[in-house]
Amino acid sequence: MELQELFLLAVEALRRNVGRTLLTMLGIIIGIASVITIMSLGAGSTKSIVDSISSFGANVLTVSPGRAKRGPGGESSVVTTLTSDDAKEIEKLNNVKSVSRVVSSSKTITANSESENVQVRGVDASYSEIQSLEFMSGGFFDEGDVLSAAKDVALGDEVVEELFGEGAEEFVIGETVRIDGRVFQIVGVLEESSEAIVPVTTAQNILFGQTHLDSISVEMEEAELSSLLEAEIESLLLDQHDIDDVEAADFNIRNSQNMVDTISSVTGTLTGLLSGIAAISLVVGGIGIMNIMLVTVTERTKEIGLLKALGAKHKDILSQFLIEAVVLTIMGGIIGIVLGMAVALVAATAMNIPFVVTPLSIALSVGVSVGVGILFGWYPASKAAKLHPIDALRYE
Amino acid sequence: MKGPLISFKEITKTYITGPVEYQALRGVSFDLEKGEFVSIMGPSGSGKSTIMNIVGALDTPTTGIYRLKGKDISHYDEDELAEIRNKEVGFVFQSFNLLSRTSVLKNVIRPMMYSNIDKKEREVRAMEKLEMVGLIDKASNLSNHLSGGQIQRVAIARALVMNPSIVLADEPTGNLDTKTAEEIMGTLKKLNDKGVTVIVITHEENIAEFTKRIIKIRDGVVV
Repeated sequence: MELQELFLLAVEALRRNVGRTLLTMLGIIIGIASVITIMSLGAGSTKSIVDSISSFGANVLTVSPGRAKRGPGGESSVVTTLTSDDAKEIEKLNNVKSVSRVVSSSKTITANSESENVQVRGVDASYSEIQSLEFMSGGFFDEGDVLSAAKDVALGDEVVEELFGEGAEEFVIGETVRIDGRVFQIVGVLEESSEAIVPVTTAQNILFGQTHLDSISVEMEEAELSSLLEAEIESLLLDQHDIDDVEAADFNIRNSQNMVDTISSVTGTLTGLLSGIAAISLVVGGIGIMNIMLVTVTERTKEIGLLKALGAKHKDILSQFLIEAVVLTIMGGIIGIVLGMAVALVAATAMNIPFVVTPLSIALSVGVSVGVGILFGWYPASKAAKLHPIDALRYE
Repeated sequence: MKGPLISFKEITKTYITGPVEYQALRGVSFDLEKGEFVSIMGPSGSGKSTIMNIVGALDTPTTGIYRLKGKDISHYDEDELAEIRNKEVGFVFQSFNLLSRTSVLKNVIRPMMYSNIDKKEREVRAMEKLEMVGLIDKASNLSNHLSGGQIQRVAIARALVMNPSIVLADEPTGNLDTKTAEEIMGTLKKLNDKGVTVIVITHEENIAEFTKRIIKIRDGVVV
């Protein structure tokens, strides 16, 4: 018999018992829907994180103190070896567009008798360009302010809202706030930020009382030559810090691509793990299908006997019941995909992440549906095909 | 083709269920010619159903030789027997003849789906046979909306659709009232008049009397 005929026979048989068909498919529907939802949300959150990292620019390297490999047993004490001299030397290298020193710490900001605990970052004037900062109003301090350790601050809009109320961005320029009790003048309001940014010299000398740096941001001319520059910075800093062994380096260099890769691999692993758990429900659904197909074969024993009397061969009966199981799982799979996408769309909207459905996840779901149908439909179908015509005809 | 259409030579059949052996046939021999109208008659337990199963290629004999159209099919395997049933035998059973909740036409077409008959021809042939049994107007009815007599006539139409060598009717009137039973036997007789070989399995004398030849079976042998 042709596949098309078998398919029509299967649909006819399944339509005879719509209620049972739907209940049998439920396991597959739930399984496929959860896999699709999880894969979609995983892809969406990865995209959201990657997008926000990439917005820092792919052409920025970050040099931080401490070893590259951190983990259990790694040093936990603060490394203070990264200095302004290092930043100055890095600036002299080829392919370096600009460099900004960075120090940061958490401080209390007060204004209007409101107070707020905020991450305060001390940077050079070039930082604004390196990180492509966006301002809602006002601007950034300049190099002169850095040299004179001016008490200027660029506040994140979220901080402004907390301290001055909603819609205050326009009139807070020129207003003052107190950071750790010292008066700072607001020069700009940053978009989508909850930080406060001050000149690095001011932060080091007045706020934090430290001479070392927490990181150095390096903007490159050519992002393609990133690995060359990384190597140059590495040898320069090893030289500066009098370290011979690369393994003993007291700093590490990251570019935004590294971070994207790391985060992608973490969310990928999580998505895979959750999908695996969801896939267990597919196996449960498959067993449900096997169970129902066994019941169907028993119920239709006489019919099988009759078909054999009419000349149905082993393969005719086998393929008829196998196709029936596969049609069941494919229909369940399709409903599951649609349901999963709907749930993912609602969840993605609620979580404010992009809605992403990869063709891979759909192809995978369809493939798995067919696979489950064949795997769990085989035993009942072969049981039907092996029935002896006389026994089947006489079955009561 | 030389020789008889059906040739049974010393056929025996022994059923073994666990430790119990039961010999249903103890050496049955007979020949049937093309175009015969025969009944195989005997009380229940006589072995007539076993004969039907072997004649209809539903089962194989334990010993002996069964020749159909001169071919020894005593040792055919399951799929080879299925092919014989499809091409050479048209069955009419006592009950559960039709696929439930399936149209009359689809029921009659079904045997042709197990053969490589052209799709367009299937419907033409099915309608032709339904006309023969006078049910052409019921072609699209569902099988469960038919009377007992109509069901048997659809079964006869289906039995004919592959143009088989024999039509094998197993107690075809068992579930019918006398009047309808006579109608069905009349239909089978008309087929025989057109040259179709018809074998009826029955335990009723008055049904057997419709046929031209009666083979009586008792305790697994021809009497």
